[in-house]
Amino acid sequence: MGVGITVENLNAWFGKHHALHDVSMIADANKCTAIIGPSGCGKSTFIRCLNRMHEVIPEARATGSVRVGEVDIYNGTSAVQVRRRVGMVFQRPNPFPSMTVFDNVAAGLKLNGIAPGKKELEELVERALRGAALWDEVKDTMKKKSGASLSGGQQQRLCIARTMAVEPEVVLMDEPCSALDPISTGKIEELIFQLKEKFTIVIVTHNMQQAARVAEFTGFFLMGRLIEFDRTEKVFTKPSDKRTEDYITGRFG
Amino acid sequence: MARALNQQVAPLPFGRKLSDWAATFIAASCVVLVLAPLLAIFGYLLYKGFGALNFDFLTKTPAPPGEIGGGMANAIAGSVLILGLASAIGVPVGIGSGIYLSEYGRGSRFGNLIRFTSDVLNGVPSIIIGITAYALVVLTRGHFSALAGGVALGIMMIPTITRTTEEMLLLVPHSLREAAYGLGVSKWRTTVSVTLRTATSGVITGCMLAFARIAGETAPLLFTVFGNTYWNWNLDQPTAALPLQIFSYAISPYDDWHRQAWAGALILIILIVFSVAAVRIAVSRGTLGSVQ
Ligand SMILES: Nc1ncnc2c1ncn2[C@@H]1O[C@H](COP(=O)(O)OP(=O)(O)O)[C@@H](O)[C@H]1O
Ligand SMILES: [Mg+2]
Repeated sequence: MGVGITVENLNAWFGKHHALHDVSMIADANKCTAIIGPSGCGKSTFIRCLNRMHEVIPEARATGSVRVGEVDIYNGTSAVQVRRRVGMVFQRPNPFPSMTVFDNVAAGLKLNGIAPGKKELEELVERALRGAALWDEVKDTMKKKSGASLSGGQQQRLCIARTMAVEPEVVLMDEPCSALDPISTGKIEELIFQLKEKFTIVIVTHNMQQAARVAEFTGFFLMGRLIEFDRTEKVFTKPSDKRTEDYITGRFG
Repeated sequence: MARALNQQVAPLPFGRKLSDWAATFIAASCVVLVLAPLLAIFGYLLYKGFGALNFDFLTKTPAPPGEIGGGMANAIAGSVLILGLASAIGVPVGIGSGIYLSEYGRGSRFGNLIRFTSDVLNGVPSIIIGITAYALVVLTRGHFSALAGGVALGIMMIPTITRTTEEMLLLVPHSLREAAYGLGVSKWRTTVSVTLRTATSGVITGCMLAFARIAGETAPLLFTVFGNTYWNWNLDQPTAALPLQIFSYAISPYDDWHRQAWAGALILIILIVFSVAAVRIAVSRGTLGSVQ
C-alpha cells in the first residue's frame, strides 16, 4: 500500500547554489502527483530530496521536513531505510549491466540480504516483471541475457520491475519516458495507472499531456520555487498564477 | 535502408580514401611492432630452451655443480609458492586501496596522499623493495624465507593494482550506484556488488599486469628468499625461485646449466602466460560477458 508524503519548507543546495526555496506540498497516498516546469527549475532536485538521494552528490544538502507516512525522513532514520520505502526510477534506464534480467529484478532483495528461498524469489521476480508488463517479453531469456541487452523501453520497464520487487510504498520517477519512443512511453503510462493501486507515485515530466493523462495532482516549479500546486484539471484549465498559465500555454519554457 | 542512403552519397574523394587507408595501415603496423618482439622472445626461448626440457628438469632438484642432469622442480614450486603469497598480499590490499581512492577518498587530502604515495611506490626500483623486505622480515625473523620474498613482490604489486582498480571503478557510470542506492542498498554493498562487479574485467586486467610484472623479478628475491638447492614448502625457510635459479645458472661456467637456464626461462614465461590465461577464462566463465 502507498503512503502519503508531506513536504514542509524544503530547501536544497548544491554547495552555495540554492536550488530549492521553501517548497511545501502534500502528495496523497495511492495517487499520482506530477511535477512540471522548465529545465533547470529544480524538479529533479526536488524528487531526489524525497528519498534522500540528493545527499549522494558531494556538497549537496537539504533542510526542512519530509514525512513519508508518519516518518520524518531527515530525522531519526537512515537514508538506506528511507530508500527501501521510497523507490526511484531514473531518467535514463540504468539496469545493472553485469547482471542478467532475472538478477536485475532480484537485485534489491539479494543486495539487501532479504532474498527469500529460491522458489519464492522466482515468484517475486515473476510478479514484478508481470507488474511492469515485461514478463512475456523476457520470460524465456531472463536468466541468460544481460539487463543491458534489452531495448531502451524494455530497460526502463526492467528498472520499474526492479523497483517494485522490493515493495516500496512510494515510487519516484524522474522523467521516466524522456529517453523512450512513443510506443514505449504509452506502455509506461498505462503501467502508471496500475501502479497507483499499490504505490504512491511522484513523477517528473517534461510532457504536459503526460501529466494531464496520468496525474491527479500537479505541481508547477519555476526557478526553484513551487509556484502552483493543485488538482491536475485545475492547473491545466484554470491556473491561479499567471506564470503557470504562461508555461502551459507555451509562452516560455 | 542503409544501402538506399549510401547510394545517394557521392563516393569518397581520393584523398579521404588515402588517409583512411594510411590510418589502417599505421594501426596494423603498430600491432605488428608490438607482437614481433613478443613472438621473437618466445621463439628464441623455445629454440634455446626446448632441448633441455625433459622429465628430469621438471621433477628433480639441481645436480651438484659440474654434474650433468638434475632439474628445477624445486625452483618451479618455490616460484609458485612465492607468487601465490605475493598475490595473496598484493591483490586484496591493491583492490582495497583502489576502492578507497575511487569511492571514499575522492578529493580528500588523505586520498590524494595515498594516490601520490602509490605512484611513487610504482617508481621505486625493485632492489630497494627487496632491501625493505629484508629489513622488515629477514632481519626480524633472523633468516631468509619465502615469506620475505612474498612480501617484497606483494608490495610491488600494490601500486599497479591500486591505480588500475581506481581507474576502472571511476569508469562505472554514477547512475548504476544511484540505482542501487535507490533500492536501499548500503554504500559498501553497492561498491562490492555493483560497482566492483561491473568493473571486474578491468580490475582483473590490472591484477594480471601486476602479476606478470613481478613474476620475473630477480633482484628483490636475492635478499629475501635467497635460493635453495633442495625442496622447501616451509614459508619460513629459504626457498628456490625460478628467476634466481636462472640467474645463477646463466652466470655459471657449465654448458649444461646454461641450457637449463634457457629452459627455466621458457618455463617462467609459460607459467605467466598460463596463469594469466587461466584467470581470464575463469573470470569470463563467471561473468555475463561471455554467456550472451
Ligand atoms: N550535481 C549538481 N551540481 C550543481 N548544481 C546542480 C547539480 N544538479 C543540478 N544543479 C543545478 O540545480 C538546479 C536545478 O536542477 P535540476 O533539479 O536538475 O532541474 P530540472 O530537473 O528541473 O531540469 C539547476 O540550476 C542546476 O544547474
Ligand atoms: Mg531533471
